[in-house]
Amino acid sequence: MMQTVNIMIVGVGGQGSLLASKLLGHVVMTKGYDVKVSEVHGMSQRGGSVVTYVRFGDKVYSPVIDKGEADYIISFEVLEAARYLPFLKKGGKIIVNAQEIDPMPVITGAAQYPENLLDKMSAAGADVSAMDALSLANEAGSPKAANIALMGRFSKFFGDITEEEWLNSLEACVPPKFLELNKKAFYLGRNS
Amino acid sequence: MKEIMLGNKAFARGLYEAGAALVSSYPGTPSTEVTEEAAKYDEIYCEWAPNEKVAMEVAFGASLAGKRSFCGMKHVGLNVAADPLFTISYTGVNGGMIICVADDPGMHSSQNEQDSRHYAIASKVPMLEPSNSRESLEFAKLAYEISEQYDTPVIIKMCTRVAHSQSIVETSERVVPEPKKYEKNIAKYVMMPGNAIKRHPVVEQRTLDLIKYTEETPLNRIEEGTDKSVGIITSSTCYQYTKEAVGDKYPVLKLGMVNPLPVEKIKNFAKSVDKVIVIEELDPIIETHCKNIGVEVTGKELFSLLGEFSQSVVAKALGMPEKEACPAIEGLPVRPPVMCAGCPHRGLFYTLSKHKLRVLGDIGCYTLGAVAPLSATDMTLCMGASISSLHGFNKAMGEESEKNTVCVIGDSTFMHSGMTSLANIAYNQSNSTVIILDNSITGMTGHQQNPTTGYNIKGDPAGKIDLEALCRSMGFNRVAVVDPYDLAETERVIKEELAADEASVIISRRPCALLKYVKHKPSLHVDTDKCKSCRACMKIGCPAISFKEGKAHVDNTLCVGCGVCQQLCKFDALVDEGGNV
Repeated sequence: MMQTVNIMIVGVGGQGSLLASKLLGHVVMTKGYDVKVSEVHGMSQRGGSVVTYVRFGDKVYSPVIDKGEADYIISFEVLEAARYLPFLKKGGKIIVNAQEIDPMPVITGAAQYPENLLDKMSAAGADVSAMDALSLANEAGSPKAANIALMGRFSKFFGDITEEEWLNSLEACVPPKFLELNKKAFYLGRNS
Repeated sequence: MKEIMLGNKAFARGLYEAGAALVSSYPGTPSTEVTEEAAKYDEIYCEWAPNEKVAMEVAFGASLAGKRSFCGMKHVGLNVAADPLFTISYTGVNGGMIICVADDPGMHSSQNEQDSRHYAIASKVPMLEPSNSRESLEFAKLAYEISEQYDTPVIIKMCTRVAHSQSIVETSERVVPEPKKYEKNIAKYVMMPGNAIKRHPVVEQRTLDLIKYTEETPLNRIEEGTDKSVGIITSSTCYQYTKEAVGDKYPVLKLGMVNPLPVEKIKNFAKSVDKVIVIEELDPIIETHCKNIGVEVTGKELFSLLGEFSQSVVAKALGMPEKEACPAIEGLPVRPPVMCAGCPHRGLFYTLSKHKLRVLGDIGCYTLGAVAPLSATDMTLCMGASISSLHGFNKAMGEESEKNTVCVIGDSTFMHSGMTSLANIAYNQSNSTVIILDNSITGMTGHQQNPTTGYNIKGDPAGKIDLEALCRSMGFNRVAVVDPYDLAETERVIKEELAADEASVIISRRPCALLKYVKHKPSLHVDTDKCKSCRACMKIGCPAISFKEGKAHVDNTLCVGCGVCQQLCKFDALVDEGGNV
């Protein structure tokens, strides 16, 4: 029996984590896995810290991921990757967009944005893979596609899902007028 | 067809497949998408009602007319709709009627974490509780059958993790049942004392009949386990956490119908194991029932009354080992939700905060007016409470408060339950200053139309209530409209209305910056030569403005050029593309 794979998609409300989880949920379902995706709607979406859980395997019960269970954390922002670090298994992988977005306590001067977070995460036992998804998204045509650039990078870790299968799911999840942009962002991320 | 679906979307699919004819709801996280998704089916008439009480009464009317109907709401919405609920229990239904209530344990987007199962018990209405998307779809279909067979509305209780989780469902075709014939029946539907007295025993008999049903229905099923030293009774998302934690080790009684609860089935299950543990979020409803029927169980001694559970909460309570995790990095700053860049509420709250006014708040995005650095709000309670509480506050404190206290309420919340509170001010005459934050949409729940926007749930033109005319017709002589992007004008009007010797309404009007039709200006940027690092622009708590290398910095991916910060900068350092202020 296949062990359930646990993936957390984290970031700042409004960065597009819902589309990223939709894409991931779709592609693993078409591969025949049982899958659950748990999202956050409502107040937390207003620029707050947001987390989406994606779990797939032969049989998935819980829709959430607990501390020490995540195989992967895909993060749209550096501080948010660090925040959810205790959810990562020892040796688990973090794919992180190198963008830093100041939270309100930093904006108001009540706190500092922590330094060297990538190194600190590695030191804590995470396998950290950082990328500049925002630049890739801009190259593709819109900063909004950073989520898909990040998913492109993540897609390389799943050998049993082909590029074609990812693109088919992308087509199923993205409105036609944004498909070319997102395809481009996906390729740029995948080949980065 | 096999599809991955959000729990709420699957619920809507179930309504569609069961031939539902009418849906009336008020949005509320985590219930909103049931109605939004139902509205995508042209075969179902769907609408946003002004509040949950109206929605439930509309759904009842459709049921009376013989069609299958639905109303949806969040847990606190059921408080508003409790009045019709308790008496629809007496009248029963004609066409099947489903009430969806979505609880929010952990309060992801709510002001409390009340347990809606109390309502099912108190109103003597059956309640089903799905644990994933597939059950959300199937239970919706089954609930109509129960409703029509037992002549009762049926409540389906969702929770955040069922409503907002996607899992795999199998869809099928829509089957519309023959509508029930409407026949006048005064004894059944006119609930005056002489008739209601005769309906009450019908309700009690129905509960006895439903107990027989709940004993036999596959909604309540036993899953065998290899180790009978423990048996677990659970429902909803806690069932999923339990199975995740213990797999097939312990037998599980999985309850899909949580009111009324079975008696013999629980007793027999208890006999088959050495010890029974009840796993349920929030209040000990199943646990208390077990104890009432003489079954010894352990529940809240092991599990909290607070918040959400998870597989590790269950595992820990059952004495299983914790998983090894990466250690936390200490001292990370929190990231609370904030008003968006360009949010029209920001300028208004900045002005209230600047003058240190007391602000009685309400439910919506503008609840975030309480968050630093604005920290403007003094109180938030429930929908509509801002206006009524302001009246009470002013009556109690007198003139001292009338001159420096206001209330704020959104357009949708005002329509929901602010109008009656405003009528109270007009009638009982306090010199109160009411601010309606009209952002032309129901914002927090994700942009639903309401009676002031001029559009219906499908985005088609609809009736539009004129807020100014409404307030004037209630007797308010002083009704002012301001643009909250204009700080000087906003300040002038607020001062003027607080100083006036009669009650007034200020409508702070500017559409939500996230609305698709709102045209944004290009991002501003900082002229670092002019910036004197005074941090005046930081006082508005805009997520697009931060400090980098000792100077203000504008994030051009967030800024929508609203210009509120420019009005705070004495050095003209915040400039547009052309370098203009």
